[in-house]
Amino acid sequence: MRIRLVARPEPSRLAKWGSPLVATAAVLAIGFALFSAMGRDPWHALYVFFVEPVDTLYDVGELLLKASPIMLCAIGLAVGYRANVWNIGAEGQLVMGAIFGGGVALAFHGAESPLVLPAMLFAGVAGGMLWAAIPAFLRTRFNANEILVSLMLVYVATLVLSLLVHDAWRDPEGFNFPQSKLFTQSALLPILVQETRLNVGILLALVAVGAGWLFLRRSLVGFQMRVAGLAPAAATYAGISSSRTVWLGMLIGGACAGAAGVGEVAGPVGQLLPVVSPGYGFAAIIVAFVGRLHPVGILFASLLMSLLYLGGEAAQMKLALPSSVTGLFQGTLLLFLLAADVFIHYRLSIVRAPAPAARAA
Amino acid sequence: MPPRLKLSGITKAYPGVVANAGIDLVVVPGEIHAVLGENGAGKSTLMKIIYGAVKPDAGTIAWEGKPVAIANPARARRLGIGMVFQHFSLFETLTTADNIALALEGERAGPSLPARIRDVSAKYGLPLDPDRYVHTMSVGERQRVEIVRCLLQDPRLLIMDEPTSVLTPQAVEKLFGTLRRLADEGCSILYISHKLDEIRALCHKATVLRAGRVTGDCDPRRESSSSLARMMIGGDLPHPQPRTAQPGADALVIRDLTLPADDPFGTTLSAIDLTVRAGEIVGIAGVSGNGQKELLAALSGERLLDDAAAVTILGTPAARLDAGARRALGLGFVPEERLGRGAVPEMSLAENALLTGWRERMVAWGFVRAQTVREYAAETIRDYGVKAGGPDAAARSLSGGNLQKYIVGREIRQRPRVMIAAQPTWGVDVGAAAQIRQALIDLAGSGVAVLVVSEELDELFEICDRLAVIAQGRLSDPKPVADTNAEEIGLLMAGSFIHAGAEGHRAFSPAGVLGLD
Repeated sequence: MRIRLVARPEPSRLAKWGSPLVATAAVLAIGFALFSAMGRDPWHALYVFFVEPVDTLYDVGELLLKASPIMLCAIGLAVGYRANVWNIGAEGQLVMGAIFGGGVALAFHGAESPLVLPAMLFAGVAGGMLWAAIPAFLRTRFNANEILVSLMLVYVATLVLSLLVHDAWRDPEGFNFPQSKLFTQSALLPILVQETRLNVGILLALVAVGAGWLFLRRSLVGFQMRVAGLAPAAATYAGISSSRTVWLGMLIGGACAGAAGVGEVAGPVGQLLPVVSPGYGFAAIIVAFVGRLHPVGILFASLLMSLLYLGGEAAQMKLALPSSVTGLFQGTLLLFLLAADVFIHYRLSIVRAPAPAARAA
Repeated sequence: MPPRLKLSGITKAYPGVVANAGIDLVVVPGEIHAVLGENGAGKSTLMKIIYGAVKPDAGTIAWEGKPVAIANPARARRLGIGMVFQHFSLFETLTTADNIALALEGERAGPSLPARIRDVSAKYGLPLDPDRYVHTMSVGERQRVEIVRCLLQDPRLLIMDEPTSVLTPQAVEKLFGTLRRLADEGCSILYISHKLDEIRALCHKATVLRAGRVTGDCDPRRESSSSLARMMIGGDLPHPQPRTAQPGADALVIRDLTLPADDPFGTTLSAIDLTVRAGEIVGIAGVSGNGQKELLAALSGERLLDDAAAVTILGTPAARLDAGARRALGLGFVPEERLGRGAVPEMSLAENALLTGWRERMVAWGFVRAQTVREYAAETIRDYGVKAGGPDAAARSLSGGNLQKYIVGREIRQRPRVMIAAQPTWGVDVGAAAQIRQALIDLAGSGVAVLVVSEELDELFEICDRLAVIAQGRLSDPKPVADTNAEEIGLLMAGSFIHAGAEGHRAFSPAGVLGLD
């Protein structure tokens, strides 16, 4: 007896909605076994992982605060991925956005003007786009692989930030720590809900979700980018410029990541540090795919990713689980979610051994 | 002697459609047996069942008198069944020899294989280079790989699915000679086609399918084309309406178009000149792989040229404009590949209308007017008799003929003033093909300049006013159809118009083009 995957003639609607549920059930079962095997009460462990991070208003604020940059980056990446433009460097574009936005904040340090924040956002978006423009140019002009170029530029951006906070932008009163001055009030995003750290960045992320949906599902250019991703020959045939597709895919990704970078330094971080993101730009790649490159899917996937970050920390602190175990558990969940999507386009078929007559002949 | 193959009561149902309903078929040794039917009649499913690619729901198969279960194609090949598919099953990134080796077993795939490929291809007039990569080959060349691959397995039953659509008349004759010789050697041949004349000339017996059932068995040599057609489509063959329009002004002008090949095995286009006037249909005949692909890409805008005046559309030099800009000038284009180029397989018919038709008021302020798009798709489906679930049906869910009707309709409904159609009826059943040809004739009748590139000579003679031939990247002077005939065109296809000594990227060899050496 063998088990085979057979392509479905049409994508299954049932599987489309059911596959995340199947994945969740499987992960809960695995988690149950894993935590039991480690000598923890599995019910308690799962509670710590999934419920405790959201059981107070403050905690919900933390969840949304963490989800915002991931959501922003993932929306921008999904636009490119739909068009087969593989921007892997959202992390670097986020850092560049933080540098540009933070630069504006430092230049107008102490200014009271309400225009400081918009100027930071503008600069941050420009910084992210500039960083994304490098792989776009190299790809369209020299056919250089944008995956490699954008990935390498992550490390360049991180080092540029490190150089700045160690040197030119170091706070003279910062006891020689590599950090900039703390931003003043006019350069910080307003808090959205009192008693939490949640700021208006989440609104920006939600606007991006809506705009991303409109662009991909309703605009001609978004349609043409999907065509370029699904059938490149059809795109050429229809006169859809492949270099425009690459440029748009990279620049939209860079703009969103740059905005996310501003959101971090003007939000929870509040200054420039050598590390402004714990890898949101990379997490966004997973989120984009777990969300099936669909803006609404990404909305949910980024909340899940944020929950996993917080739950993982809580599990380490409260259950004394090693970080590798929480990482393992997070990875299992994401892997299962992606794997379960196979059943949208394929079904399992159990093939019995061929009839004896056929085998004998 | 038992029959080589005997099918009894073969039934196969797919969700929503019964592809084969109780089919009986007997093939005796040395027989060339035609299976005749429109697209969707169940021919392909039946052949896949015989070849082990599809498992029947009911019915039995007897091979040389013994019941067998053909579990997979490898088993079919071991029995001695070879198949040349209409849609080729070749790995593009491998060479001819690699592709053939994959289908062979044991020592037959060994180091002597390239030599044997050369032997067989010479013996049967199917020129092939064993070391060439498949992705560089044209449709016709790929078919040769498939045929040679089957012949190397010494088949006792050879299934051929629409094999002649990519050959010159002379090469068709040569192929028929090959098939007759194979049959005389005792090999049975199942010959799937919709070309009634060919079946009458070649086959000893014909089984006609319609809607999954056998509707007739006959000796095609004793039938007329119209009696075969009646069995096949249940009515008379539609004939194109003649048209009376006089050609008008020059609409598409190709002047001294020269384009180096973009890959080592491509064809270099040399100094191509052609004018298509409003209201006329000009045909380009030729064996595939002689520059059609390159010429079409240069005309559609998928490849740009340096000399803007090499292609002029309605007075505007267009050779440096991309496909979108040429459409804006009034160019319509039906490409050879329907899925993946003419249409996005995963997308709905409505979205595929938007693909090239968005200039038809389908967009406002950059946003798609979904209702307009759906209406355009629904009207195209209705006006062109496309059998589809509706505007939301995915393009890949349509049969080849239906999708082609949809694409042709989509292009025509944009009211182009210059229309280019590549292989408009390749692999399309007679009913749909007649409809597509009629649509092109009507289009020319309404004053549009139409250029048809096709490998089907009958089709070109049926619809064209003038006919030119492409061979080795050069184009012959077009001739009025009334002043020429298939024989002359066949010789032109072999390159007879290319003067010896003319500079060319290949040595001149008409026989090489035709596969006659």
